[in-house]
Amino acid sequence: MKPLITAENLAVSFDGTPVVHDVSFTLRAGSCLGIVGESGSGKSVTARSLLGLNGENATVTATTLDIGGDLRSATEEQFRRLRGSRIGYVLQDALTSLDPIRRVGAEVAEPLRLHGVPRAERPGRVQDLLAAAGIPEPELRARQRPSELSGGLRQRALIAAALALDPEILIADEPTTALDVTVQAEILSLLEDSLAQGRSIILISHDLAVVERLADHVLVMKHGRVVEQGPTHEVLTHPQHEYTQRLLSAVPSAHSRGERLSDTPPQPLQIRSAAIPRPAEAGPVLSVQGVTKRYRGPDGRHRTVVDDVSFDLHAGETLGIVGESGSGKSTTAWMSLALTAPSAGQVLLDGRPWSGLPERRRRGRRRRISVVHQDSLGSFDPRWTVGRIIADALPGDVPRAQHASRVEELLDSVGLTGAHAVRHPLSLSGGQRQRVSIARALATGPEILVLDEPVSALDVSIQAQVLDLLVDLQRTLGTAYLFISHDLGVIHHLSDRVLVMQGGRIVESGSADDVFFAPQHDYTRQLVSALPSPRLEEIA
Amino acid sequence: MTVHTRDETASASAVGGAAPATAPGVVPPLDPTAGSDPAPGSDPAPGSGAGTQRPGSRWRALARRAASQLGSAVLLLWAVATIVFFLQHMVPGDPALAILGGASSNPPPETVQAVREQYGFDQPLLVQYAAFLGGLVQLDLGESYTMKESVVTVIGEQIVPTLQLTASALVLAWVIALTLTLVSAGRSGLAGRIGSSIEVVFAALPHFWLGVVLLVVFAVVLQWLPVVDGGPLGLILPAATLGIPLGGFLAQVTRDEFDAALRQPFVLSARSRGATLHDVRWRHVLRHAALPGIALSGWGLGSLISGAVVVEVIFSRQGIGQVLVSAVTSQDLPLVVGVTFVVALVYVVANLLTDLAYVAVDPRLRASIGRAS
Amino acid sequence: MTILAPAPEDTAPAQAPQAAFRPARRTPLHSPGFCLALGAVAVVALAAVAPGLLAHQDPLEIHLAESFDAPSLQHPFGTDQSGRDVYSRVVHGAGQSLVIGLGATAIGLLGALALGLAGGLGGRFADVAVTRVIEVLYAFPGILLALILIAVYGNSAMTQMVAVGVASMPGYARMVRGQVLSVKGSLYVEAARSLGHSPLRILLRTILPNTFRPLTVLITLGIGQAIVWAAALGFLGMGVQPPTAEWGAMLNAGRNYIQMAWWMDFFPGITIVLFTLSLTVIGRHLQRATDSGAAR
Repeated sequence: MKPLITAENLAVSFDGTPVVHDVSFTLRAGSCLGIVGESGSGKSVTARSLLGLNGENATVTATTLDIGGDLRSATEEQFRRLRGSRIGYVLQDALTSLDPIRRVGAEVAEPLRLHGVPRAERPGRVQDLLAAAGIPEPELRARQRPSELSGGLRQRALIAAALALDPEILIADEPTTALDVTVQAEILSLLEDSLAQGRSIILISHDLAVVERLADHVLVMKHGRVVEQGPTHEVLTHPQHEYTQRLLSAVPSAHSRGERLSDTPPQPLQIRSAAIPRPAEAGPVLSVQGVTKRYRGPDGRHRTVVDDVSFDLHAGETLGIVGESGSGKSTTAWMSLALTAPSAGQVLLDGRPWSGLPERRRRGRRRRISVVHQDSLGSFDPRWTVGRIIADALPGDVPRAQHASRVEELLDSVGLTGAHAVRHPLSLSGGQRQRVSIARALATGPEILVLDEPVSALDVSIQAQVLDLLVDLQRTLGTAYLFISHDLGVIHHLSDRVLVMQGGRIVESGSADDVFFAPQHDYTRQLVSALPSPRLEEIA
Repeated sequence: MTVHTRDETASASAVGGAAPATAPGVVPPLDPTAGSDPAPGSDPAPGSGAGTQRPGSRWRALARRAASQLGSAVLLLWAVATIVFFLQHMVPGDPALAILGGASSNPPPETVQAVREQYGFDQPLLVQYAAFLGGLVQLDLGESYTMKESVVTVIGEQIVPTLQLTASALVLAWVIALTLTLVSAGRSGLAGRIGSSIEVVFAALPHFWLGVVLLVVFAVVLQWLPVVDGGPLGLILPAATLGIPLGGFLAQVTRDEFDAALRQPFVLSARSRGATLHDVRWRHVLRHAALPGIALSGWGLGSLISGAVVVEVIFSRQGIGQVLVSAVTSQDLPLVVGVTFVVALVYVVANLLTDLAYVAVDPRLRASIGRAS
Repeated sequence: MTILAPAPEDTAPAQAPQAAFRPARRTPLHSPGFCLALGAVAVVALAAVAPGLLAHQDPLEIHLAESFDAPSLQHPFGTDQSGRDVYSRVVHGAGQSLVIGLGATAIGLLGALALGLAGGLGGRFADVAVTRVIEVLYAFPGILLALILIAVYGNSAMTQMVAVGVASMPGYARMVRGQVLSVKGSLYVEAARSLGHSPLRILLRTILPNTFRPLTVLITLGIGQAIVWAAALGFLGMGVQPPTAEWGAMLNAGRNYIQMAWWMDFFPGITIVLFTLSLTVIGRHLQRATDSGAAR
């Protein structure tokens, strides 16, 4: 049977700058093609060139580009007839991919309108489509705006709109990015259903696990080129290309514990506990005792964001807090830092009062506990260079003359060089910024580092390097980590002990292996089973 | 007046006046969920707060909002009245002398005393203030020193032509802004560049110069239009003088927003469903683009009234602008205060209307009102 | 983002991977328009400092025989009702007009800083109060506030300057307040707090500098605005009185002869237009430069 899409030597350039080179693939009826790559790999551009959606300044060339007809020199009008009717396209980030000031129903009805479905039939069709996409109360939802829907429902509505005209091909561009892991699992099964109904899917993702679950065939892209392709299982179990190997080993998980992520093949770490003598008898460095945080919402009602949370953090250990959005994990971190006052309960630092003190008396001890944010760029004064940012964090007793050398030492310790001191954070990559942020956190010589989603915004290979750095630093400095993340793999990879939070409460705690391999609480089980690919764990 | 707090970015970009260079990201208030997240370092995954607000209760919420708006509008007017009252009493010199034609006219002391009593200047300040506020409530703004006529009567006669002028200028400004935006915004190359240059130049034209040039070209040299005329033909040049700069300013705001909206993923999303570019521009983007402009229209009407002062002088048109200029020149304070107060009233009403219009166009706000109640 | 800070993050398209492919749009700081604008501002500044270098005729000398001369080689901008050279009056008027514009901007800015900082830093109660004050001031749109002040304090160049300054205050104040609040709520201030810095140090080293930085652009735009408002008052006969060479006063004098001597208003007017336009162009360029430099 003739493939639905045949592309050979597809190349895309913007204003003469090539960004995609020599991409060839076919999509067969009823199959799923995965395209995997990090940001800047050209995966989205490749997908958009199939729809002619790369914009005016893009030039697309190919020796073959056949989607039920030769499209190499197709006009906008030819492409337009393809869109929606033969190929449905789902973008990531449904909040901005749905027009925020139109009703959800109008968005879903749009392809119907554009392809001549009579006005009277549309509302019924819209409700059927929303229901088919698994949206409860479709009638009500159709009348609401995107901002009134949760992230998962928005993504479903977006899929409903893409499937409105029953296209034979669905292109899903990072359909699960930025969704909670349980919601992500639901969206993936919706796509699976669609696939089972005989539709063909091109699935684009940075996440190997997501692609592994759906795709029969996978393309691995890097810098605009396909570095490897083949049947998904083949590629993921026996990666031939060095980049694919690196990508696979960079994924943190239960199995990567104690290994470096950024080396191929993975290098085992030295036994951690041997490196630092741990004065366990000295008591916890941070003790959170029954803290609760309530906020008054705009509606005047009180919402409990964190509810009676207690834990101890011991010197040199890593305590992971995992939870989905709204679980209260970040607020817990903020209260540990005494940047937010708890409504009840208290936090002790080194066994002495911390959260209950007036800020004036806390200030001198703040250097003992540092923080690394997810949005490191936002945490830097926009006027300052890297050197100034780090020097600003040095304790007051460091003489000014030594600032430059201290900054250089700190930059060295996070894998940067003294030359970075004169750079502006804007000119650094995401990974480098995160290193600067870590260097600043270390400048005060803390014994506790609070890491609030420190790698969530990074590509997996960069994430691997930063995680390795954190492990190395802990081995040499013996700093205790309070590590906040939504990513179970990251938490499992790094943590000695784990807290699972849901709706402001700790629902389960224990050693990382116990919690993830033998979860006791329903919610933890749900989280673990929602992880896209149990098989991938075996591979890695 | 939520217009103020709400479009912090929008009208702030106008340095209290028609400073034409607008910030590129003039974005109206947004996603109501944004404000409701109390966690300082909020979790990365967006919006899990699903509202199940039923549409019915929204109208009640809207009514409540309107009521509270009205309340703060009254408060605002009271503040304005208080300021102008006390300003009026900070005048150096004796107001009674001013009424009698200034100190140089040297009136006999008895006359001065009589005037003082007539106008209540001999009363304590607070009593005068109370009398002033009491008068306001009964629509009594006192008597003009120079015209010896009730201020309300004078303003009542003169405000209609001014409102005609400013309203037609506002309409013209919107026509200019929308035309320029639709013709040239979001287009690369020459059309876009010409469009944005026209806007910058339009916005930078001061009324006193534009009015003179239009007058000389169209009325004196070409003689297509009358120099001075109370009829509809006479409205064309003054309205153009007022409307063109505001149109340029609104066009800048609208274009920036239009360009920003065009880059949003929902545009790509709509096109992927088969929408034409034309469809996208009209159905999706234009509405977003108009939002900040609408939010600014109340403020825009205010600036038009301020501009009307100059324009009415150039074209010798009747109106409260002319009245104000002569009142200021002759230090006829009751008249100045009266005109100011009426302008503030118009401004407040215009902003209430803008607010309603904004809510009508941007349902997100409605949703947030519903949720807040 | 904008120079005006508290722009909602939610609208920014989440860094879609494709963004990496769009060639970065660069703002050429040395575009011809920008250079031209700089040149124009430089010429006006020169006229203000040393008018004698640009115009050789006496701006006050009366030649009744030459009154109402149309523009010619000898009088490029024509002459006024007393036969004075309009060109030389425009050149000599630059100084006073500029002083009024700069003075008004300074007054407006100082008042606005006091208000805006009080609102932004003074806690919730002060903020509500300041917001209300700004709202009330906004209800005197445009030059209306200036007109009231002139009505109360009489007609002089000083009142004109102060009045324009006060009239421009609410706009600046709102911006200062917004900027302070956004900086205060920023993650980098939170970071400074978590480093244990004292409130005073955070205020002086982080909050204030980041509040003031975008104001430089606004001042550029604001000066143009102030000059236009001052000229409008002058045009209405308030402020500097003829025969002093000042742009507003010249406009006022020409107003009565529009139909017979258009050049009397046209040339001072177009000077103001070109000058403010140049400031706008410069301001927009600076704004884009700061945006791309400090954009998050």
